[in-house]
Amino acid sequence: MEHNKRDGSFYINPYLGGVLLGLVLFATYYVTGRGLGASGAVKSTVVTTVHTVAPQHAHNSGYYSQFLSDDISPMSNWLVFEVLGVLAGAFLSGTLYGRLKFKTEHSPKITGRRRLIAAAAGGMLFGIGSQFARGCTSGAALSGMAVLSASGIITMMAIFGSAYLFAWIFKKLWI
Amino acid sequence: MTGPLIPMEIIPEAWNNVIALLLGMGFGFVLEASGFSSSRKIMGTFFGYDFVVLRVFFTAAITAMSGIIYFDFMGWMDASMLYINPYYVTSAIAGGVIMGFGFALGGFCPGTSFCGVAIGKFDAMFFSAGLFLGILLFSEMYPLFAGIYNSENLGDIKIYEMLGMKRNLFAFLLIVAAVGMFYGAAFVEKKVTKVEY
Repeated sequence: MEHNKRDGSFYINPYLGGVLLGLVLFATYYVTGRGLGASGAVKSTVVTTVHTVAPQHAHNSGYYSQFLSDDISPMSNWLVFEVLGVLAGAFLSGTLYGRLKFKTEHSPKITGRRRLIAAAAGGMLFGIGSQFARGCTSGAALSGMAVLSASGIITMMAIFGSAYLFAWIFKKLWI
Repeated sequence: MTGPLIPMEIIPEAWNNVIALLLGMGFGFVLEASGFSSSRKIMGTFFGYDFVVLRVFFTAAITAMSGIIYFDFMGWMDASMLYINPYYVTSAIAGGVIMGFGFALGGFCPGTSFCGVAIGKFDAMFFSAGLFLGILLFSEMYPLFAGIYNSENLGDIKIYEMLGMKRNLFAFLLIVAAVGMFYGAAFVEKKVTKVEY
């Protein structure tokens, strides 16, 4: 049965998606010399927020101070603009394929409330882990693989390897 | 034009943000159109009912890698100028394991959660808020983590150097491994009961 392309159930072929994503990543390296990222934009937001609320604290901190410079605001970071683009691009795709809808997606075995708590906890862990690894699935793993970085490939294996293990432990959250 | 264009000063840095926005749009569009705005579709890779993440991720990685090697070989891009994440052994592995834990609980990674946010998923919004908190927490507790974070730096080492292999041989083996995984994924998908989501 042919799917209606606008009822939200249509996804592009995963290999086509992969090639397109690979071309975007390649173009990013070709133009900027660096890969794509995601968690870095949140880090910039955190650094800017803390720097605005408590400038002295930010300058004294061993971590924030690494990302502060006098003339450039950390918000004017490449990754922040890139992530704004991600939001716009995903919104465009969601509009095109009829997926714009406010909802909490969860397994029928758990409540929406439980899903939201798990999502927030997962996000928090991802935030912490991405700082240790100096990047997340995009910046460390995917971009790292494109340039065959040892760090990126080891981090990628650690993410997927442990996610397999933990996913089965938390199976009830999903299926 | 020999790339990378901005580090080579072929495109002025002032264009940086416009380019970032456009490349980000391509990134977000492809992720959403592939189904990465749905956590239950993403998690299919770990339970065997939908391997979209594995297919998209590894196809993208080998496509970009091949492009870079080809452009480098043709002299159209100086691959030695590309940024390589420094490899801090313990920190990279610990970070990966913590992220894997977060993945299994949250069902997203940062990039895919932004796609979910863009189409109105509340779970993705909670995940993104969690990200902010997690990074804040790490930063505030940094003195505690600084030891691990800064230990065992091997620099911008590449995986084939670490294994003592030629780059192109490793790249070839990686492509073979990816294709093998694609066949394996199709095989497993046939055996596993479908999950409605």
